[in-house]
Parts: sequence; structure tokens; C-alpha cells
Amino acid sequence: MTPKRKQKLFVILGLVSLAAIAVGLTLYALRANINLFFSPVQIAQGDAPIERQIRAGGMVKAGSVSRDKESLDVEFTVTDYVDDLEVYYSGILPDLFREGQGVVVVGELQADGRLYADKVLARHDENYMPPEVAQALEEAGYSPADYQAKAAEVGQRLDEKGVPQANEY
Amino acid sequence: MWAFIHKLGSPKWFYGISAKLQPWFWVAAALLIVTGSLWGLAFAPADYQQGNSFRIIYVHVPAAFLAQSIFIAMAVSGLVFMVWKIKVADMAAAVMAPLGAAMTFVALFSGAVWGVPTWGTWWMWDARLTSMLILLFLYLGVIALRGAFTSRDSASRAASVLAMVGVINIPIIKYSVNWWYTLHQPASFTLTSRPAMPTEMWLPLVMMVLGFYSFFIALTLMRTRSEILRREANKRWVQDLVKDQVEEAR
Repeated sequence: MTPKRKQKLFVILGLVSLAAIAVGLTLYALRANINLFFSPVQIAQGDAPIERQIRAGGMVKAGSVSRDKESLDVEFTVTDYVDDLEVYYSGILPDLFREGQGVVVVGELQADGRLYADKVLARHDENYMPPEVAQALEEAGYSPADYQAKAAEVGQRLDEKGVPQANEY
Repeated sequence: MWAFIHKLGSPKWFYGISAKLQPWFWVAAALLIVTGSLWGLAFAPADYQQGNSFRIIYVHVPAAFLAQSIFIAMAVSGLVFMVWKIKVADMAAAVMAPLGAAMTFVALFSGAVWGVPTWGTWWMWDARLTSMLILLFLYLGVIALRGAFTSRDSASRAASVLAMVGVINIPIIKYSVNWWYTLHQPASFTLTSRPAMPTEMWLPLVMMVLGFYSFFIALTLMRTRSEILRREANKRWVQDLVKDQVEEAR
């Protein structure tokens, strides 16, 4: 490689790394705004504004969903296995909505700590399996144990770091 | 190895070797995509939660892989062109951009179609979706820059610089689901662990991914060949080649 080409290579690589550092610092500074939702822990800590539209996310707590028989009103608890958030919603829920499912709710947080949702979105995890496999897993008693193991793991990680990680939900 | 790479830089040599390689990639692409899509769409099992809408994965994931890989390929070609002044690299980068933009659009569109039944929304300004939209704009920017200059050399330099700087977006897309809370779930495929789905689900997906890559290579070879003929039209070897072919036709 001729010295001129070598110099050019270094100039280009240097410029690209400088640009990468600039973008990285910007994203780091904006990280709270880039997160799509608040977790129940963050809401319990008082990080989320009250009576302004926010998004909150977590798992629908098992056994917490109660539907009104006369209307579309539904109440459920969103949890990150550390703190809970009570959610009120009136409307059609996505097909994937169920207990133990990840959700993102859009709505206003009230002073009493409940969230009145305008919209409920379902998240899904990265695991895919055929229905028979899922059924077999459930019959073998794996899924509840899974959730407990996950809860313990998240709790432990929280003790170590103090902040929940994004891929836990 | 180095001799081979050096020879690739010669338009004439590239034109010859690509003619031999091209059919193999077309055949591989056709076989893999036909088998993979039949298998994935008709025979692979449905997902326990999402049912049949899960099958969108067989188009969505290969398109998203390709969208990001093509941008990296374009940036590397840009670097090779800027530092070593190899024109074939610039020609390849020029012909890759439209396919990359198309693949980004396919990934965004199939994701939106998938989002309606599973998430309950077709769009959300989360980190993964937004960074992917930025990738589409980067592709459109690269294509527009090439058309914006009357001098081909200035156009090539400008497009190469945008591709090299824009490549910073690729790790952001890749790790957006790990760095921030997003609506999009984390990756099902990683290099370090087993896929998060059984074999009868991921095997057709792997075939589709390889098929898409073969299609990209075949199409890039084909389009680079015509780009070589266009840019080298006043060179002796191209004129001889055309003369031979015209005489053969008579």
C-alpha cells in the first residue's frame, strides 16, 4: 500500500470513528427518550410524569385480568416481577393479549398510581414453537416454573445493577 | 488470494469471471427460494401464539438481513473505491443500492403487515422501527446523490462517503432491541446460541435467507456486468467484444 493510500485509509477510518462516537454520545444522552416505555419499577420510583400521555410496558400478571361482563372494560396488572402497575382499559384487546404476555399500554398515569389506557399493544418474545410443543411444555409443567425462574433472575439482576434490562420482557 | 482480489479490480477480468459464476447463483437462488417458501408457507408448523401470521417471518427476516448486509457491502465497496481507486467497486456499489432500498422497504412493509395482528398496530416509533426507516432514507440518499452530480467521479465520491458514514446505523439497528425498551422483540437468531425455535421452523428460514443472499449476488453480478459495459464503452476490449457478438449474430 502506498503511503498516500495508507493516509487516505486512516483519514476515512478516523472520520467514520469520530462520527460513530458523536452518534453514540447523542444516543446515550437521549437514552431515556428512545426507550419506548416505562417499566413498573421506573413508575414506582416516580420517573414517569403524571396525567400526561405515557407508555408503560411489562408482563400481564397471571390471574390479574378481570373483564366487565356488560362492556369492554377490563382491568389488569402489568408487572416486571418487582413492581406492579394497575391498568384500566376500555376497548378491543389485541389477539395476543393474555396473562403472562408482554404488553405496552399507552395512557395517562393518575395520582393514585393507576394507569388509564387509551391503547393496549401486545409484545411477543423471540421464541416460536408449534402448538403441540407449547401444549407438551405446559403439561410437563414448564411454563409457570419458567416465569418464576425468570422473576428470580430479574430480581437478582436488579439487586446487582439497580436498573431492569430491556430484554427481560 | 490477494492475486484473485487484485484481478477482480480489472473490469475486463471481472466481466469474464462473473459470466462463469452468475448462473450458479441464479440456480441456487431459484432452488432455495422456491423450496424455502413452499416449505415455510405450507408445511412448517404454525406458531402456538400467532398461528399462521408467524409465516411472515419467512419473508421479513431474509429481507431485513439483506437490507443491512447490502448497506455494509456498499460501504466496504465505497472504502475500496476511495482508498484504492478501484472502479469496479464503485460500479458494484452503484448497482447494489436500489436492491438494498427495495429490501428495506419489503422488511418495513412485511413488518407493518405482521404488526397489525400481533401487536395491534402497524407502526410504532420504537428504536428498531425508526432506525430501519432511517436506513431506507440513507439508501434513498445514496441513490439521489449519484443522480445529483453531472461528474460521475464526484457522484461516486459523495455516495461512497454517505455509505461509509451511514454504516454507523447498522449496529444501531442490530442492537436497538437490546439497548432500549422496544415493541420489537429481541433477535431469534444469534451466532452464540441455538435458534429460539424448533428445527422444522428455522430450517426453511435458513433456506430463505441463503436464497435471498444468492439472489443478491446473482443480481449484483449481472447488473455490474452491464454497468461495466456502459462505463467502459469507449475501451478497446468492449468494442472488440461487441464487434464479435454482432458478427456472430450475422
